[in-house]
Amino acid sequence: MENNITITIDGKEIQTREGEFILNAARANNIFIPAICYLTRCSPTLACRICLVEADGKQVYACNAKAKDGMNITTTTENIETEKRAIMEVYDVNHPLECGVCDQSGECELQNYTLEVGVDSQSYSVPDTHKEAVDWGLIHYDPALCIVCERCTTVCKDMIGDAAIKTVPRGGDALNTDYKAQMPKDAYAMWNKLNKSLIGTADRSDMLDCTDCGECTAVCPVGALVSSDFQYASNAWEQKQVPATCAHCSAGCQISYDVKHTDIENSDEKIYRVKNEWNYVSLCGAGRYGYDFQNADAVKDETAFNAAIAAFKKADTIAFTSSITNEEAFILRRLKEERGYKLINNEAKVFKTFLDDYSKISGQQLYGADLKMVHASDFVVSIGSALKTDNPNARFAFNNSITMNKGAGLYFHPIKDPVIDGLSKNVMSINHAPLQEETALYLMLDLFADKENLPKDITKYLDSFHSKKMITIEETIKEEIIEKVMVKQLNKETGEEEEVEVEKKKMVPKKVSKEVEVDDNALLAQLGAPADFDEKLQKFLKKKEKFSLMVGPDLYTHPNSRNLARLVALVEKYTQFELVMIPALANTLGVSLICDLDEEVGEYTIGYNTKADFTLSALGDGDLDMPALNQQEGTLTSINKRVNPTNVALSYGGYVLNDIANALGLDAKYTIDYTKELGVVKGFSRESFDDLPNHYTNSGEEVRGYLLKRIGIRRSSNESVNELEDIAIQSDIVYLANPVLQFTAFTNASHQLHGEGGLYGSEAFMSKHALNAGDKVNVKTAQGEVRAVMIHDNKIDGEIAYLPTFDVNLNSEALFSGYRFSSASYTKV
Amino acid sequence: MSLEQFQDRNVAEQNYFHVDIPDYPTTGWGKVKRAASRTFKGELFVGLWVVFREMIKFDIHTVQYPKEKLPVGPRYRAVHEMQRLFESGTERCIGCGLCEKICISNCIRMETKLDENSRKLVTDYTINLGRCIFCGYCAEVCPELAIVHGPRYENVSDQRAHFTDFSDMLTPIDAAISGTQKEFDGFGAVTPHEDERVKTTPLAY
Ligand code: SF4
Ligand code: SF4
Ligand code: SF4
Ligand code: SF4
Ligand code: SF4
Ligand code: FES
Repeated sequence: MENNITITIDGKEIQTREGEFILNAARANNIFIPAICYLTRCSPTLACRICLVEADGKQVYACNAKAKDGMNITTTTENIETEKRAIMEVYDVNHPLECGVCDQSGECELQNYTLEVGVDSQSYSVPDTHKEAVDWGLIHYDPALCIVCERCTTVCKDMIGDAAIKTVPRGGDALNTDYKAQMPKDAYAMWNKLNKSLIGTADRSDMLDCTDCGECTAVCPVGALVSSDFQYASNAWEQKQVPATCAHCSAGCQISYDVKHTDIENSDEKIYRVKNEWNYVSLCGAGRYGYDFQNADAVKDETAFNAAIAAFKKADTIAFTSSITNEEAFILRRLKEERGYKLINNEAKVFKTFLDDYSKISGQQLYGADLKMVHASDFVVSIGSALKTDNPNARFAFNNSITMNKGAGLYFHPIKDPVIDGLSKNVMSINHAPLQEETALYLMLDLFADKENLPKDITKYLDSFHSKKMITIEETIKEEIIEKVMVKQLNKETGEEEEVEVEKKKMVPKKVSKEVEVDDNALLAQLGAPADFDEKLQKFLKKKEKFSLMVGPDLYTHPNSRNLARLVALVEKYTQFELVMIPALANTLGVSLICDLDEEVGEYTIGYNTKADFTLSALGDGDLDMPALNQQEGTLTSINKRVNPTNVALSYGGYVLNDIANALGLDAKYTIDYTKELGVVKGFSRESFDDLPNHYTNSGEEVRGYLLKRIGIRRSSNESVNELEDIAIQSDIVYLANPVLQFTAFTNASHQLHGEGGLYGSEAFMSKHALNAGDKVNVKTAQGEVRAVMIHDNKIDGEIAYLPTFDVNLNSEALFSGYRFSSASYTKV
Repeated sequence: MSLEQFQDRNVAEQNYFHVDIPDYPTTGWGKVKRAASRTFKGELFVGLWVVFREMIKFDIHTVQYPKEKLPVGPRYRAVHEMQRLFESGTERCIGCGLCEKICISNCIRMETKLDENSRKLVTDYTINLGRCIFCGYCAEVCPELAIVHGPRYENVSDQRAHFTDFSDMLTPIDAAISGTQKEFDGFGAVTPHEDERVKTTPLAY
């Protein structure tokens, strides 16, 4: 977005964009305007009113007044200062004097602004009420500390999408009516509203039921919403921030691990919490709470190391997962080059194949868009991803674009998701049968492609789904009726008033049903789209300009994935949709670009974070310990095609992959010496690790690592795609996915998220199979059988259950032949 | 945010620097020269003269320590004491961590947690007196007058760090309940006439 206008703030000329909020323009230019309730990327709520400025002589709120060319802004006038002082005094009314023990102390905006404004005495009062603190699981809410800035409710609605919390009546006395006349206007209005509300759960139940992202605790300016686990564990100022990249999913969120010595006796660093730049990046609960997955107490065990070297000498295959850094992936690539290992990583392999097939038509190595573009679009479609758990940030982008840009969205997925359905009434879910992802892509072409340019065969094929059908519709028409009414008239002859009957014409609405010929789209029927699909879509599409499509792992693992990849490329090419692919794991994209992956496993396999003949494990359960991603420095490649650096948060005492590589003939002092070498991989740059920045600027610009270069690929002129096959999964279905807050064994290794996996099913699933939560169930597919505990998941709906991958004891992947859905039978044991 | 600290991978040498010390003499003659220059510096005789002068004046002020002891002033800063509240005897420390933060020798560490009554509980508290420079900042910053400096300057041990058992610093509970705990007047204590300077806050009830 270009800066195209000039405004003046306090005499300083700055460039900004037409329509940008004054506050954001000021921040981007390092001009300070106090603001409490505003959250970048969310809608202004005008709860705090402290951001008052004077624009062209008129007092406005900087967070919701838009900049116009030539505007002249003053951030302080006498009246504004009086208002600010009164506002801060009001916030301090009855605020408990417990800074000494409050968890927010030291980073509290109420403390900061009270001091900034210089509140040293109080002029107002209202009787206090008794407010009990409540425990919402991972989150703790103390209403006594709440200043009702509504940041929590705003972020939950506008960014996260759960809308799980809202303002609720506060109770207690009303304000003294005299204040209205005595007090500065905005301060009174703010107080009057504050004095009526508090925060509560949206359904008014005692327990918060949401996807536990914890973003509300991050944005809370005071100590009202805090992490239950962090409560009274450490003061904020004792923590050292380690800038890092979340290691759990492909969103690659920027986080900081907050570390401090473990305790008095033990000076080893410990992670106390994870923080984020909540104005520019929103975390999910896995990133926020799943931080302590380190491989603790690893030591340099020389015997194990020698055994590892011997195993590497013997092995012909290395199997690994995508929870590794780019540098480690590069070491594996080098080992393959030097020693000819086969590299096995199926999850990255399918993604790579998908990308390759996509490139043949698109002529680009990588998909064109990123999540930032999704945030900015106003019509978003998601196909083939359990969005809220595959990549929570993709869900936030989906929701944020719809709520902020008056947008709309379509969600194609076999599993009904109440969270997605609840985002907005402008979201339509199409819960098609598994394997129908291909149909969904054909539908995308059918609905949105430029039919003029689309290859003729495809247009013809699409036409074959259309037929005409007659439907009966009810229509309201205006009908003219003639009414007889009596009116009083003066009889001219008699001179008397008398009633006469006259006829009057009148239009009245009338409902009629009539038969009309309409288009019948067989693709819709095949997808099981709702009956009013067309009608709703028409509404959704009104005034839409920016379109984006997100596709997910269901497509990469689909038996016809090669054809799907081509279809995806065609959608990107012939429609207005910008495309994002969701890589399945944290560094799937990096691994698939860096490593030349194989399919066939050899005789003797080394497993890295996966069980094999000789296992290297960062979980500490293998033959040789490896560092977990919070004990390593290196880079991770995110869905946004960005190579993000991450730093060492916790010390590690054992051997690392680089030590093994050195023993096998490579030569690098540190693993990060390979960051530079990544430059030989298509798309990557030759930047050394220490030159990679990792922060956001005040304007929200992401200054992290570097972006992968756009690489053109030779495009083939063959744009043919296969027609739909009649394939379906018979019988009951099981899906491979993780519940909210879990991604891998690493999330499960953290103390706050640790749990036992099971078979997750909705109410509908459980009643269909006569199962209750806690029952033991045998899940059997053609590939095998596992026994799992039935777990009720109220965040899904419908009759498909899923098995997770985060619990290694379940070994659920063994039940699937690749595709994430499989037919299954369930028996209670 | 500066990433500099993360770029220094040489863990062993971090935070150390060399001080300027002249090299030790290596030859025999060099050693003799050093001994001579140390022995026959003029200051020696200045000291001897002062002692001799005072001796012949017979005006002796020597305190017969340890039989006699000089009183210490309220602002004297010796080994810390942890105070309790009068009457209830509850420990005054609320675990705010300000002393830990302000300590310039970084010698205070504490552990806190949420207790059963939803209050902040200080589970462990130490001062490493081996590092403490008795600056008094901790006592000054403490909002509760919980940590104060006591008059205890007599400590016998080969390690200063041995003087800091928390239970030794803490006022005995009976002293707090019986009211014999001495209120601290020193560095950081409430100044006289404080009440007159406080502005009152209006209350609605
Ligand atoms: S809980 Fe925090 S974020 Fe939410 S309204 Fe209260 S003060 Fe604001
Ligand atoms: S944890 Fe996340 S989803 Fe739950 S209430 Fe807070 S912001 Fe909303
Ligand atoms: S798991 Fe994904 S969405 Fe969640 S914080 Fe980490 S990178 Fe972000
Ligand atoms: S006296 Fe000074 S150095 Fe000693 S503990 Fe207190 S603040 Fe630290
Ligand atoms: S400053 Fe005082 S109250 Fe705070 S932790 Fe230290 S001793 Fe306790
Ligand atoms: S920040 Fe503008 S009203 Fe609160």
